[in-house]
Amino acid sequence: MSNMVEIRWHGRGGQGAKTASLLLADAAFAQGKYVQGFPEYGPERMGAPIAAYNRISDERSSLHSNIYEPDFVVVVDATLLSAVAVTGGLKETGGIVINSEKAPAELVDQLEGYKGKVYTIDASSIAGEELGNRSLSNTAMLAAIVKVTGVIPEAAFMKEMEASIKDTFSSKPHVIAPNMKAIERGLKEVKGL
Amino acid sequence: MRKLLSGNEATATAMKQINPDVVAAYPITPSTEVVHYFAQYVADGDVDTQFVAVESEHSAMSACIGASAAGGRTGTVTSACGLALMWELLYVASGQRLPMTLAVINRALSGPININNDHSDSMGARDSGWIQLYSENNQEAYDNYIMSWKISEHKDVLLPTMVCQDGFITSHAVENIELLEDAKVKSFVGEFTPNRHLLDGKALSVGPYDTPQFYFEHQYQRAQAMIKAKDVVAQVSAEFGKLTGRNYSFFEEYQMKDAEKVIVVLNSSAGTARVACDQLRAKGEKVGVLKIRLFRPFPMEEIAQALSHVKAVAVMDKCDSFNGMGGPVFVDVRTACYELANRPMIINYIYGLGGRDVTVENFLHVYENLDKVVKSGKTDNVYRHVGVRGVN
Repeated sequence: MSNMVEIRWHGRGGQGAKTASLLLADAAFAQGKYVQGFPEYGPERMGAPIAAYNRISDERSSLHSNIYEPDFVVVVDATLLSAVAVTGGLKETGGIVINSEKAPAELVDQLEGYKGKVYTIDASSIAGEELGNRSLSNTAMLAAIVKVTGVIPEAAFMKEMEASIKDTFSSKPHVIAPNMKAIERGLKEVKGL
Repeated sequence: MRKLLSGNEATATAMKQINPDVVAAYPITPSTEVVHYFAQYVADGDVDTQFVAVESEHSAMSACIGASAAGGRTGTVTSACGLALMWELLYVASGQRLPMTLAVINRALSGPININNDHSDSMGARDSGWIQLYSENNQEAYDNYIMSWKISEHKDVLLPTMVCQDGFITSHAVENIELLEDAKVKSFVGEFTPNRHLLDGKALSVGPYDTPQFYFEHQYQRAQAMIKAKDVVAQVSAEFGKLTGRNYSFFEEYQMKDAEKVIVVLNSSAGTARVACDQLRAKGEKVGVLKIRLFRPFPMEEIAQALSHVKAVAVMDKCDSFNGMGGPVFVDVRTACYELANRPMIINYIYGLGGRDVTVENFLHVYENLDKVVKSGKTDNVYRHVGVRGVN
């Protein structure tokens, strides 16, 4: 399927990579796309490397395997760069988005010769500043991958996220605005574009 | 209604729309979510089901048997060792001709313990007198689940029905789905009006000792009901097709018309096999996929007919029978083809055990080996494995 975008998420258990992949699926679905969002399951352990996946396309994909040649990779935790082959199979026409305060050029050495585009976003700092918790970086990461892939128009994405966050946090309305701010900054602060 | 749901949520949604009288369940990964969602519907008053939080799967099936014998519409959900713990009662349910449905979220049996997908749980229960439907994705799991009640409760059938889907691969993956309106589901499934039940005011015993004077006749009746179930599955599927435009047969034929090399597969990997099939078709190879939906009763004549023009078949089993000769789907497909005048050469592949990811490359490998079988005219070893380290 030529129009299909495949995304692989790398994170550690408890960092919300799976949740982010499901939110991306929600947002793309709301734009009329066919989507798949699924994690790689095993015994779930806090801190252990995990992967999650998205397929986004204009027709239904019948594939039910993991993604081995993704168009894009998202790394929610930069310590994984030395632990997991995050660029494995990653298409050079695509790119990798890493949660890091560093500039893309500073991380290239750790990407095993990957020649495609490298992007960084300091999602942990955004989470720390907006949400008061550096480990809640997944919303800013989600915004960054939307920006980089262009799979969803930004305005539509913001609208969809607002509805989704309002729904999720209906009992905690005070966290809605900070989350929206984290998303806005995620869209704006990607380095390497 | 266009929605984005996981396979588990799709099953729970269908369960809510059907609003059974009694659901008794005990949670086990990866089916836990279905019970979780459904318990929430009960707590929120979305259904008026009597939800029984039992202490084991043995009790869950026992409670369903009691509820069904008392005239209630009932069902449960489980996986793997949970299904194994129900074993004794599976036969009791079908032997007493008690309609009910069981959503099986397929997971490997222990040991060693593994929580991921294969079909060793439901395949082991294939001869327990339960109808079995298999589902490729969330949509099929939802559709089959709705149909299963009508099939199970049909007066010519009165056999319990399992609706299977792959644990995690589809149960925990969100995908697009088309849901029916509640009212449409309700009117499609209709009211359950059992002929006789324990609460109808007339004397009735359910499950007493069956002496040698009668036991055999009762088993014969159960076997006949399973034969009749085939027509009922066809009839209910046709009605469902009229309602939804989604048409289901006993199996789905993909690129089968002129196919010479065919893969037979069920559940989630069927879609992956079709992608491999498309790649080879683009190169001009005459390959096809036959996806089994109805495994019990086994549509023997129809499958034989569908494979009658084929040169070589690979039957995929996500379950090993440890019998020295091949997996359960293989054995049945091969038996079905025995009467054919020009029967195809048939080999078996055990694949994807315990959550081993099943890829397009796996299926390309299988097609390549089917090609060797066709060219050499020999099957050689029929009992093969794909995707296991050190073997291929």
